[in-house]
Amino acid sequence: MLYNEPSPLETRVLTRRFSLPNSASIDTYLATEGYQAFVKAAGMKPDEIIEQVKISNLRGRGGAGFPAGMKWSFVPRSSPKPKYIVVNGDESEPGTCKDRVLIENDPHQLIEGCLIAGLAVDAHAGYIYIRGEYRYLIEVMDKAIAEAYAGGWLGKNIRGTGFDFDLYTHTGAGAYECGEESALLESLEGKRGIPRIRPPFPAVVGVFQCPTVLNNVETICAVPAIIRDGGAAFAALGVPKAGGTKMTCLTGHVNKPGVYELRLGFPVKQMIEEVGGGIRNGKRLKALIPGGSSCPVLTAEECEGATMDYDSMGQRKTMLGSGGVIIMDEDTCMVKAALRIMRFYAHESCGWCIPCREGTTWLRKILQRFHDGQGTRNDINLIGDISKNMLGRTFCPLGDAAAMPTISIVEKFRHEFEDHLNGKPCPYEHANHMVMA
Amino acid sequence: MNFSPQLEARFEKLLKSYPPGRQRSALVPMLLYGQDEVGSISDELIDEVARRVGVTPLQVNEVLSYYSMLHRKPLGKYHVQICTNISCLLWDGDKLWERACKKLGIGHKEVTADGQISLEEVECMGACSWAPAVQVNYDFHHFVTPEKLDELLDTLQSRDRNSPLASKGAL
Repeated sequence: MLYNEPSPLETRVLTRRFSLPNSASIDTYLATEGYQAFVKAAGMKPDEIIEQVKISNLRGRGGAGFPAGMKWSFVPRSSPKPKYIVVNGDESEPGTCKDRVLIENDPHQLIEGCLIAGLAVDAHAGYIYIRGEYRYLIEVMDKAIAEAYAGGWLGKNIRGTGFDFDLYTHTGAGAYECGEESALLESLEGKRGIPRIRPPFPAVVGVFQCPTVLNNVETICAVPAIIRDGGAAFAALGVPKAGGTKMTCLTGHVNKPGVYELRLGFPVKQMIEEVGGGIRNGKRLKALIPGGSSCPVLTAEECEGATMDYDSMGQRKTMLGSGGVIIMDEDTCMVKAALRIMRFYAHESCGWCIPCREGTTWLRKILQRFHDGQGTRNDINLIGDISKNMLGRTFCPLGDAAAMPTISIVEKFRHEFEDHLNGKPCPYEHANHMVMA
Repeated sequence: MNFSPQLEARFEKLLKSYPPGRQRSALVPMLLYGQDEVGSISDELIDEVARRVGVTPLQVNEVLSYYSMLHRKPLGKYHVQICTNISCLLWDGDKLWERACKKLGIGHKEVTADGQISLEEVECMGACSWAPAVQVNYDFHHFVTPEKLDELLDTLQSRDRNSPLASKGAL
């Protein structure tokens, strides 16, 4: 089911079946061109499949934005080892709730994407890693997998193509870090989710020491449409260097928060005003985080002329990330926001790399001091120093993820930290209480 | 250790889901599904899962301490998880958290005296666009207002203490 009203401004590619009754069932799927992309792909050479994905300009939707076709091409198909498809459904980036919608409303699209990825890299088994909190989605996915086996769309010699593929679900058990690809692989092997040093990359040495394609749910869900309609058609939906649509989660202070499928390059202002129905209570925008809490924050001025794509966000020194848009109105205390974000990273740091383990905890303590009115002018610089010393000094990007939003908040909203100095009460608490009352 | 037939079937399926010699992969799922039935990760459950996946109990301990959903102590029959992370915070999730603590007289990871409800302030649970969000065991509650929270807690408190754990996550 859908938890928010759709918007007429959406471009429906991955969500094209969402409004149909029983959209998650195999009958609905088959009645709407379902599994036809797999049939088409089975008649193509693996290189042709990968070429279409390259032409589509599909970039990884989990946050990093790496070109999917290139990732697939790194898998050594001639390796004697088995190859695997692993789908990252550990969706834990604060502000992000799109994979949940994709699995719940169209699980067969994900299965078909796995099959096509399997054809492309000669993989015959796949795992869908779903975060533990999404228990009901394990049931949705298992049901869809059972339907696919019963219909001959999974298993041995699928629909007479000679291609074998088995697919399994795997539950996580509460760990943000497992959304990072190498930590996810450790977790899938029954270990603590500690990141691996790279190279080698998962494409060469992934799960069970075997070559592995590891993509986000949304990335894999885009694959059937790419093969069905052609890579060029998908590319044309987006911007020159990034094709297709992006599942966009509007969260925070808008009138109509929700998950919407918007073409890449959608204007930020239009997204807030027309898709999101404008800022709540007629307030003004203060700040926006475009792609989950690990992305640097944009001020309202920086949002002018910005579009939701990798390049536009890159020019503004932030990231499109996971598509988790966090919208903050003029009454939001940026110190409180920074503190809450840092509390999260301090909680989730796995402790493997010292700059991240110690840095997140120190930053949490310093930000807490500010929030309590005990911060000093020197602390403002200390936040910047510690954050910058975390950047690029850890195995995985969690350290960067904690440092980047913090650096941007301190740089862009330094005056708010100054407002909290010397025991002054938070100037925003009053405004917030007004809203509550 | 005896489990329900449904859980045994789930375990059997899990152990077959990974390549030969890689049964350790089933460790975390088995612990979580086991916890749902047993109520917590007991010493006995650790030993049993260790034996079935072929690792030592120490290795199981090492792994389980990493995952925030795995609990060594029993939780309440209804584990109420309130998200206060950024997207929920912007819709006053922190105030919901304070309200629940005050109403029940318990804090983070504490259980009411009758064992009926436990509370946990959780990190992002993937309901950001429908904030503020609360999860009771595995059931999501979206757009939770203070009134809806009170109603939810009242319902959970008054629910028959002897009824089966229907919403612990269907096996």
